[in-house]
Amino acid sequence: MSATDSFLSMTPQPARRVLVKRHSLAVRLTHWINVLCLSFLLMSGLQIFNAHPELYWGQFGADADHSFLALEAVDDNGALKGVTRIGSVEIPTTGVLGASVINGELRPRGFPTWITIPSYRDLAAGRRWHFFFAWLFVINGLVYLLYGFFAGHFRRDLAPRAGELTPRHLAHEIVAHARLRFPKGDAARRYNVLQKLTYLAVALILLPLMVATGLTMSPGIDAAVPWLVDIFGGRQSARSIHFIAASLLVLFVIVHLAMVLLSGVFNNLRSMITGRYAIETELPPEGEERRS
Amino acid sequence: MTIRINRRRFLIGAGVTASAAALSGCSWLTENDSVQRVLAMAERLTMGSQRFLLSDQALAREFTEADLSPVFKSNGTHRPDSEAYAALAENNFADWRLVVDGLVEQPLSLSLADLKKLPSQTQITRHDCVEGWSAIGKWTGVPVSLLMMTAGLKPDARYLVFHCADEYEKTLDGSGQYYESIDLVDAFHPQTILAYGMNGEDLAVPHGAPLRLRVERQLGYKQAKYLMRIEVVDSFARFYRGKGGFWEDRGYEWYAGI
Repeated sequence: MSATDSFLSMTPQPARRVLVKRHSLAVRLTHWINVLCLSFLLMSGLQIFNAHPELYWGQFGADADHSFLALEAVDDNGALKGVTRIGSVEIPTTGVLGASVINGELRPRGFPTWITIPSYRDLAAGRRWHFFFAWLFVINGLVYLLYGFFAGHFRRDLAPRAGELTPRHLAHEIVAHARLRFPKGDAARRYNVLQKLTYLAVALILLPLMVATGLTMSPGIDAAVPWLVDIFGGRQSARSIHFIAASLLVLFVIVHLAMVLLSGVFNNLRSMITGRYAIETELPPEGEERRS
Repeated sequence: MTIRINRRRFLIGAGVTASAAALSGCSWLTENDSVQRVLAMAERLTMGSQRFLLSDQALAREFTEADLSPVFKSNGTHRPDSEAYAALAENNFADWRLVVDGLVEQPLSLSLADLKKLPSQTQITRHDCVEGWSAIGKWTGVPVSLLMMTAGLKPDARYLVFHCADEYEKTLDGSGQYYESIDLVDAFHPQTILAYGMNGEDLAVPHGAPLRLRVERQLGYKQAKYLMRIEVVDSFARFYRGKGGFWEDRGYEWYAGI
């Protein structure tokens, strides 16, 4: 027994801060490229949506057909009003959705200028930005998926462990998160089960769904891969699912950023940049750096 | 794909999003030529991979009468406003002629009656506008391949340029005239037709009377209406602003399969 060991074993342990390796280089790189891609894809996507700010279900859909969602501008006794219509429910959204200020004047516009690329109305430019970053996103995503499957990232870090999927454990995690009590010490070395399930759902379902529904809107791809359009029940359904899945992604990012903020901004940011994540531990095991 | 991470990020995420927002605010990147050249690389990648995936004969989905859009939206020009077109429409396009010339062995000049005597085909397909909406219509007309084989292509023929009767944008230099172009892969595709009938009737003026192009594996702006002349060329660089079509000259992709 070394002198240090005996010292440690005899004294009450102050909490020790140790840096553990949290994120691999591949994960960090693909993560930030993805942040870039999704930012551009969302904002250019809203530019494209603005060219026809209505959603339909089925094979076809245009002005005369029934849309289940529309961002509309209506004339209310000479005053322009923005309305978001979902089914038959109309929600006033003047200034943001349906009608917003362009060059100092309230005008009909699906999403406002500050959230579209480019800010002014230019469908052709929006498409160029969108398709460029779509390619980058797909290549980046393939790299991530290959890494995830073959380097063991999914199996090691994201697959829920025995016991994690029991209602009892899930309920416990949900309550802990709702109280903003995040894992400490050794438990903070790994993703908790809510993180695992969320990341798996986003990486393996939501993002691939974005790609598949995006491709289904392409008449060329529909001729090459006709079953794609059947899966989604039509090009207009695919367009609507593309929009809904994008909205879910926005929701994910909002919650994700909130969790980053609430559970330690600096530590979280450092771990996604350098890979090192600090945890408080009472008994730092040996070979800290090798465990990750 | 994304993801991963547990809760971190934020500052940088916010930074990137903020820079994107700033970019959207000033939009200088969109107006920068070098940036646009880089972005345009994606278009070549898209066309290359779609042409790789698509056999030349792969067909666009065909639908049934039950699938027809109750109202087929008319977009772009609804009625060309020239006197010449008004005169043609006045007597039901009896004086209208489709000219086929350029790099062909035998230039053609065909009346509507001539076209209707040729073997025809009918297809019910989905029309996809670049704006995002779709409509399903039934089109009857003559395969473009038939006219090309009748006229006979010269060896250096590469593209078909479709000249239209409508001036979609008023300009001093006349560059607002609608036109389109396709290459020989699409010209000889079995569903590429010159349609004179729609939903069982003569093509109506809002939809391009007397004749419009149907290139079923591409977007709506390729489906040129009010056709007057098909010019076979080796390059479309000399027409108008040189990008191969009215919308292409205004920034849209020449290959409109996406």
